[in-house]
Formats: sequence, C-alpha cells, structure tokens
Amino acid sequence: MSYVIALAGNPNCGKTTLFNELTGSRQRVGNWPGVTVDKKEGTYKKNKEILIMDLPGTYSLSPYSAEEVIARDYIVMEKPDAVIDIVDATSIERNLYLTLQILETGIPTVIALNMMDEVEARGDKINAEKLSEILGVPVVPVTARKGKGVPELMAEAVETAKAKKAPKKLPIFDEKLDAAAAKIKEALDAAGEADSGWKAIKLLENDEKVAERVSAELKSQAERIVADSYGAGADLEAVIADQRYQYISRVVKDTVKKGRTGHVETRSDKADKILTNRILALPIFAVIMYLLFACTNSENFLFLGINSPGIWLAGVVETAWGWVTGLVEGLVGNASPWVYSLVIDGIMEGIGAVLGFLPLILVLYVLVSFLEDCGYMARVAFVLDRIFRRFGLSGRAFIPLLQGFGCSVPAVMATRTMESEKDRKITTILCGFMPCGAKLPIFALIVSTLFADSNQTAVTYSLYIFSIVVAIIVSLLLNKFVYKDETSNFIMELPQYRIPTVKTIAMHGWEKVKAYAQKAGTVIFVSTILIWFLSNFNIDSFNGNNAAANEDGSIMCEMDDSFMAGLGNVLAPIFKPQGFGEWRPAAAIVTGWIAKENVVVTFAQLYDEDVSPEYLEGYFSQYSPEELEELGFEGGTYDPEAAPDIYSESILFEGGDENALPTLHEDIPTKSAAYAYMVFNLLCMPCFAAVGAMKRELKTWKELGKAVGVQMLTAYVVSLLVNVIGGLFMN
Amino acid sequence: MTLKEMKPGQSGRVVSIGESGQLKRRIMDMGITPGVEVKVIKVAPLGDPVEINVRGYELSLRKEEAARIEVE
Repeated sequence: MSYVIALAGNPNCGKTTLFNELTGSRQRVGNWPGVTVDKKEGTYKKNKEILIMDLPGTYSLSPYSAEEVIARDYIVMEKPDAVIDIVDATSIERNLYLTLQILETGIPTVIALNMMDEVEARGDKINAEKLSEILGVPVVPVTARKGKGVPELMAEAVETAKAKKAPKKLPIFDEKLDAAAAKIKEALDAAGEADSGWKAIKLLENDEKVAERVSAELKSQAERIVADSYGAGADLEAVIADQRYQYISRVVKDTVKKGRTGHVETRSDKADKILTNRILALPIFAVIMYLLFACTNSENFLFLGINSPGIWLAGVVETAWGWVTGLVEGLVGNASPWVYSLVIDGIMEGIGAVLGFLPLILVLYVLVSFLEDCGYMARVAFVLDRIFRRFGLSGRAFIPLLQGFGCSVPAVMATRTMESEKDRKITTILCGFMPCGAKLPIFALIVSTLFADSNQTAVTYSLYIFSIVVAIIVSLLLNKFVYKDETSNFIMELPQYRIPTVKTIAMHGWEKVKAYAQKAGTVIFVSTILIWFLSNFNIDSFNGNNAAANEDGSIMCEMDDSFMAGLGNVLAPIFKPQGFGEWRPAAAIVTGWIAKENVVVTFAQLYDEDVSPEYLEGYFSQYSPEELEELGFEGGTYDPEAAPDIYSESILFEGGDENALPTLHEDIPTKSAAYAYMVFNLLCMPCFAAVGAMKRELKTWKELGKAVGVQMLTAYVVSLLVNVIGGLFMN
Repeated sequence: MTLKEMKPGQSGRVVSIGESGQLKRRIMDMGITPGVEVKVIKVAPLGDPVEINVRGYELSLRKEEAARIEVE
C-alpha cells in the first residue's frame, strides 16, 4: 500500500532538513524565510512506497501569498494521506498557529516537535504527551539535524495515514463563533459542498479564494449569518486570529515549562549584538561581501598574490578540458572537414566556454548558501531595508539580487519570498540586470581583447557597479511611474543563528554544479550545434551550389553568407547608434537569449583567435624592417607588446590579412562601443530559462511583456548613452 | 502609546492594531494580537526597521507599521 505524506510548517522550522533526512534527496535547505519556493517530492529512503511532499514554509494558511496558497491548496484539494506538521519548538506559540489551521482541514496529522535540543539547552521543558492529548494528534519530539526521533516520527505518520483518522474538533473558538460556523456548515452541507467544516470557517474569515469556489447564493447566505450575530460588515478575520492565539496561549501554559522566566539571552542574541550593531553592522557587511567576491573571482586573493579558490578551480577545469579536447582532436583528425568543424569548433569549444566559469558559480553559491542557512541574510535585509526603501525596494530584495550574481533563475524564484506584489515585480525585473555567471565570460572576452591596454580589473568591476546603479535608477523610475499605487511592508522573522552542517553546504554545491552541468549538457550543447549550423551553412549548402563551388566539395559556406549572417544583418542596423551595428555582434546577442554563454560561444565560432602571440609573430614576419617601422614598430624591430594594437589598426585601415577571420576590433571598433556592447548584454532580456522563471512569478503574459519590455528598453537606451557619452572621452 | 515610540529594552502589551485588510492579517498571523506582550530588542543601524520579541521569537517590522500598533 502506498501513501502520500506532506511536510508542512513555518519557514525555518527545519522542514527541508527533515525532508533531506527522510528522502536522502538533494534539496535546498535554507534559513532564509521561505527558501522552499515550490512543493517538492521524494520517496522515503526506507520505504519506496511512501511519497513525501515538501510544501512551502508558511506562517498561516490565509490566501495572501503565493506560497500559502500552494501549501493550502495541496492539503485541501490533493488530500495527502497524512500531514507531518513540523513545529519549531523554540518558538512554539507562533508555530502552533499554523498547526491549528492544518488540523482544521481535517487531514490526518502528526506533529513533529523539532529543535528539541535547543529547547533543552535553554532549560525549557515541553510535555509532548500532554500536547498530544490536548490536540488529539500524535506528537513526536525530533532533532532533524541529527536525525534524532525521525524513525519514530515516520512510524507514527504511517500509522496515522493507515488509520485515516481525522483530527478532532478543538474548542478554539467561543460559542458565538462556533454557532455562526455551525450555521454556515449546515448551509454548505445542504448544498452538498465537500469539506464543509473547513469552508465554513474560511467563509467566516472572509476568505476570497474560498468564496469564489462556492455559489453566490451560499456566499450571501454566509454573509447574512455573520451579519445576524456580529452586525453587517463585521471583520471576523481579526477575531478568529485572536481566538486562535488565545487558545494557543492556554495550550502552551499547560505544556511548556520555562527553565528561566523572562527573555533569556541566547548565543544567537549575542552574535546578533555584534552583527547588527549600530556602528559595526555596515562595515561587517562590507567585509563579508568583499570576502564573498574575493573567494569567487579574485586573481590576488586577500592580497596574498595567489588565485582565489574560484579562479584556481576554473583554471583546473580549463586545463582538464583542454586535455580532453586534445584527445578528441586526435580521434576526429581524419574525419571529413565538417565533422571536424562540428566536433572541435562547435561542441568542444562551446561546452568548454560554459565549463570554464562553472567553478565560480559553485564557489559563490556555496558561500551564499552558508550565509543564508546560518541566518545572516535575514539580518542583511534588516540592516539594508532603510537604504533599499529609499530606492523603492524592500531590504528583502537583497537576497534575490545577490543570487542574481550567480544565476537569474534561482534569483527570480527567490523573489517569491517577498510579500508585497510591488516588491516582487520590481525585483524580478532588476534580477535580469545583475551580472550573472554566464555574463562574466562575455566581459572577460571583450575586456581582454578590446581593453587590452586599460586596467582590465577596473573595467570589469565598473560593470558590476554599473549594473547596481542602473538597477537603482530603474527601480526609482518604476516606483514613480509604473507601480506607483502599490505598497510594500517589512514584516519578517529574524531566525535564530544556526551553524549549518557541512553536509547541507556540500549538498548545495553539488546541486548547483549538477544544474549547470545539465544546462551545459542540454541547452548549451544543442544551441552550440545550432549556432555552428547557422554560422556555417546557407541555402546553397543544400542545393549543391556550395559543393560545386568549393574546391574540396564541402557544402559549408563562408560565414559572411551564412544563415547567421542573414539574421544578424536584419538586426545590425538597430545597433548602429550603439557603435556595434555589424551582423556578428548582433547575431551573438540573439544567441545569448538562448543562454548568455552563447555570446562567447558565437564569438568563438565567428571570430578568429587572431591575437595569439604566435599568430601575430607569423603575420608580421612577412614585413621588412622598413615596413615594420612604417606600421608603428619602433626602430623597425618586432615588439610582441605593441603587436596586437598595430595588427588591429592595420586590419582596420588597410583591410589586410585575408586569411584570418575578422577580429572583434573590426566589428566593435571603439572602446565606447565595446563598453556599450557589454552593457547591452548585461541589461537586456535574460536567457529564456530566466524568462520562464519570470513568467512563473509574474503569472500573466502581460506582466511578463511589461518586465521584458523594461529590460530591453533600459538596455537599448543605456548602451546608446554609453556609446555617445563614452565616445567623448574613452576613445 | 504606539510600538514605534517604545525604546529598545522596553516591554508593553498590545492594545489594538490600527491596520486593516491584508497587512493587519499578516501582523496578527505573526502573533501580534491584542493582549500579547512585546519587547523592543533593537533598532536597525540606520534607524529603521525595528526588531521586537513576540511570543518567544524575533520579528522585524518598519516604524511605519509599528506606529499603527497601540501598546500600553
């Protein structure tokens, strides 16, 4: 016999830790309120017949936030065989508030009393037996982090699911409310409505979602019953919430024995005194953010003159991939030209471009996960809220935006933890402006080739600052003109600091690497082949014209005549004012929407790596010393340092080098245009995976269109300004 | 007085919540109901929001929201 058991509970109650403990699956465990943004499932590791559903963490089952609706719709409509309600015993009062609402649904329930070790450490005692007796459902004390009590909990849950025993009705409400609820239930029963008891209370609470589901007649009948005993338009929502908490106070009084009275200062409180200290909070935050990025991508880690873990790992991966490419090159060396081209220039180069920066994302996410799990991120939101509000945002927007430095998809999903719709919409748009991991190779490539003689680190960092400045300005504008009537709030739990386990952190790292490896293996792999195809073939490839024209009988064409060129040529005129109005950069932008990594992949296929020192030396060896002097080499001797610039100038002004593919210098001739190109890719619509995530969060196509429109418009206008204004002093 | 006027370290009992609709519901869901004891723990370094202890856990809310919560 198979059973479905759902896990429900407040954010930070250890629900996801328990889910991992039960399923052994790799799951995000977070100490950020609402990390589980969707329901997830897995099978119980000791019995594959038992399906475990992880519901989003919520404080209530009211219909206001997306997460609450997901959790409650699942419980009420899908009717799992049992619900395990995880209660954080360290804040039992607030947690029981959700418990009462779960019990109201009539689904068989078991309560897991979690964090019992912390309760004991505080010197408090909770009488689980008494609690079970009062609430009429099994109560099992557990410590999910250590796996303590988990087998007992599951045994109890399976028993409860088998028995199909609905929780008893509790004496929560006063007589007057009960009488009104009974009358509404009667009317619902008469109309043949299912779950009449639960719906009756929801109608009393003025719950719009439930009111929509019953007939208009039943709805007005309920309103009449309320008006009869409470007067027309009475606000019973507050009354009901109040009575629930009053009931909980009575339960807690009977079951919890405080070791010490009053507010006890915990270790977490002590840590908080320093971390959110009036004077130290901002400097500590700055140092932590500096360390975060230093560990990720610094070539002078903590001024020690060594590479950061991220850069070091990236180097290892690149070397390994180079070695693999070498092996594959040997294998296809004798194959036909197009097979060789597909495998080496297409697949190997494309995947290599993605793999190279994967370690950076791994390091960033492991660190961000740690900060989230230990509870620091909630404090960052607390400290920064004042600043963020000035820009029309909530402090809670910080988490999604920081995650945006890794990948826009989890970033956009993280916006769901914000309650205010306005904050959610604006933050979703801003996430697309963040320099995600996939955009970094674009910057790296362009900065290293087109800003070779500038301070490259400064140029790259300026883009980070650029993205933040643009985000602020756009947020202000959106607040002023687009979402001007909507409000936001900042009612947020500040969870206890907890050191996450190494297992949890390791799991996060693995999860992200897996997600990226999958992305590289699917989307990037397929689009690499597509880009290769579009850049090397045209109509004539398939009617025999190319085969007849090419000496070797190849059906491939010149890139200038390819499908890709056709696409790029259509778009190129749009970007003339930005200074990069050629088909190659334009086509690369389009391929970047499939995945931002593709911009680099496309460049790798469309441009020659002509600025390699060996190539340059060979190229200039055809000139005599007099000619070299004329070209700009001092004293007529070849100088590797000056070679790249002289090369690109000679190509630009004399056409030169017919053997080489064009260079980036040719299509993006000025520094201002190069910067504008990076800015456009930074700010324009993110990849389709992220757009899909945006659609899920924004719900309607209209809102999505608005968001993408804002991103595109911002990218176009800002890159135009960069080229025009930057052109005055950059070039 | 209101919750906003309370200084860090001060405790009080909630009398009423002057919000309405969704925000009021959210405030009450988080355990701030009439009669409950609240204690102001601290004010954020930049002067807003505030951190309070209610029902044994820490909650933060903006001064704007705290100003609507009547305490004694």
